[in-house]
Amino acid sequence: MEVTVRLFATLKDLLPEDKKKISIELEAGSTVNEVIEYFEIPQEKPLIIKVNGRHGSKSTILEDRDRVGIFPPVGGG
Amino acid sequence: MKIYRVNMTEGKVTTEDVKEDYAALGGRGLTSQIIADEVKPNCNPIGAKNKLVIAPGLLSGTNAPSSGRLSVGTKSPLTGGIKESNAGGTAAQKLAKLGVKAIVVEGKPKDGKFYTMMVNKNGVKLEDSSADLLGKGNYEVMEKMQKELGEDVSVMSIGQAGEYKLQSASIAVSDPEGRPTRHCGRGGTGAVMGSKGLKTIVIDDTDAPGVSIVDKDAFKKSARALAKALLDHPVCGEGLPEYGTSILINILNESGGLPTQNFRRGRFEGADEISGETIAEVINERGGNTTHACHPGCVMRCSQIYNDKDGNYLTGGFEYETIWGFGANSEVDDIDAIAKMDRICDDVGVDTIEMATTIGVAMEAGVIEFGDAEGAIDLLKEIGKGTPIGRIIGNGTGFTAKAFGVTRVPVVKNQGIPAYDPRAVKGVGVTYATSTMGADHTAGYAVTSNILDIGGTVDPLDKEGQIDLSRDLQIATAAVDSTGLCVFAAFAILDNDEALPAVVDMLNAQYGLELEVGDVTELGKSILKVERDFNTRAGFDNTDDRLPDFFVEEECSPYDVKFDITDKELDEVYDF
Ligand code: SF4
Repeated sequence: MEVTVRLFATLKDLLPEDKKKISIELEAGSTVNEVIEYFEIPQEKPLIIKVNGRHGSKSTILEDRDRVGIFPPVGGG
Repeated sequence: MKIYRVNMTEGKVTTEDVKEDYAALGGRGLTSQIIADEVKPNCNPIGAKNKLVIAPGLLSGTNAPSSGRLSVGTKSPLTGGIKESNAGGTAAQKLAKLGVKAIVVEGKPKDGKFYTMMVNKNGVKLEDSSADLLGKGNYEVMEKMQKELGEDVSVMSIGQAGEYKLQSASIAVSDPEGRPTRHCGRGGTGAVMGSKGLKTIVIDDTDAPGVSIVDKDAFKKSARALAKALLDHPVCGEGLPEYGTSILINILNESGGLPTQNFRRGRFEGADEISGETIAEVINERGGNTTHACHPGCVMRCSQIYNDKDGNYLTGGFEYETIWGFGANSEVDDIDAIAKMDRICDDVGVDTIEMATTIGVAMEAGVIEFGDAEGAIDLLKEIGKGTPIGRIIGNGTGFTAKAFGVTRVPVVKNQGIPAYDPRAVKGVGVTYATSTMGADHTAGYAVTSNILDIGGTVDPLDKEGQIDLSRDLQIATAAVDSTGLCVFAAFAILDNDEALPAVVDMLNAQYGLELEVGDVTELGKSILKVERDFNTRAGFDNTDDRLPDFFVEEECSPYDVKFDITDKELDEVYDF
């Protein structure tokens, strides 16, 4: 299956240069954790995970054509 | 400490000791209490009977991190209810060091002149400055005052909008570079200052006695503990210093809660162009500064200095809400154009959030097209000129909607709704509806648990848990707004159990009190009650605690959600 991944803030540099998002191929039944491993994001790093814009976690099971957004902790207002 | 009472009708200043009832109050707690005690709720906000109360927070002027926030209280010309408008900048610390608990400005000059209020170690004095400063924007006023009185003075001033008494007029507060980038923005406090004939307030803390602290060692220890909690928190210690608040553009866009095209939908195609990441790159390329403190001693330093294409200073304190409003909500994806709009607002002295929703409504009305950045810049420029269209725009979103017959009007209690769609971020929708201030995200920033996973997680699209979330945050925020701490300290307070006790310990050490953590909640509740009671006496009732119809009737994409929290549920916010 294929999912679209967007990485933000300090994680943005893990994407190929000048890319805002990339599609990656994963095995059916994969979780967000596989995406995190794909980009070699250290496991201990705190993250905000959105799957199709909704709250997600490392264990969220992904489906074909899901949209994954991963952020370091951000805030403001 | 002293309370100065400045009577503008007679041009007289009197000094009062602080009543016992006011001793443990500061910031918002104090401004709201004085307004409730002294102002007739049904008075004309720009008449002689309204008052303007200026108060530093309880911890301002000390070494407590990020504690230099200033509260200005009044009856709001925009909402007609009570108002506390909070700003950074250098004024609060200097006032506190001079032993000023509050300045209460009352009356109205008979001669129609404009004055400068000088605050220094000798007290408070008024000087006629009509000839010098009238008709000038905040940038020029501040530069002039500092040239005359020294670089280190802090200046509060109004631009042309305040002189014209427009309902979205702000009071500018100088930042450490002496620029008008920090504002008591919301609710038209600048119009009240203008109505009092005050163009500027200059604060000089040379030879100030400083803030007295009962137990210095204990204070130092807790101040350190709070600084550590802030620096250890990933948002306060890393996210805010590195990117500032506009880092929120992408996460709100991703979550479908970034209001676009006057709150028609929750995602903006041009989000990346105006995101915090892009802005940080632009700032760095042009030799600006992404990590700027709005007052000395802020460790979170979310502010920034933004240069134009030629590397010359253009604007600072360029916030998420401003960028959202002149950006996504107006369908503008040109960050330099948005920066110009921010600069004009700071100079003319109008609230950027109110102007952002006003521009959205003007676009809705067809005055200019959505996406027309130059048109928006021209409209904002009209405000300073005092033309009829400028005055319409400067009176804010509700006024502009009426002038042009628009029905999709994003306001609560006539104050513009900020940068989080209440249908897709329902917790903050509850805050907009029920806050004593009118639509105000900072009053109970439920974006924390709804979107940012701070202080737990509450699904933003589901109504479950939103009332409790908003209520708890509104209570806590009223208390934080009294301390002089920046509301962003709340991110650490919500996630780190040691942060709030450190704040309470500092208050105890400074004032020789024996407060417990639970007292903070009680303080927050009592402030909200005082404010709500004022609003009730001013004629507000529960039907004012509602969102505009279109949020209940129209769906917001991509999640096709409506605001489905019932009136009865909204009324439960005040069950405490
Ligand atoms: S965090 Fe930002 S707004 Fe708050 S006090 Fe610091 S610089 Fe000012």
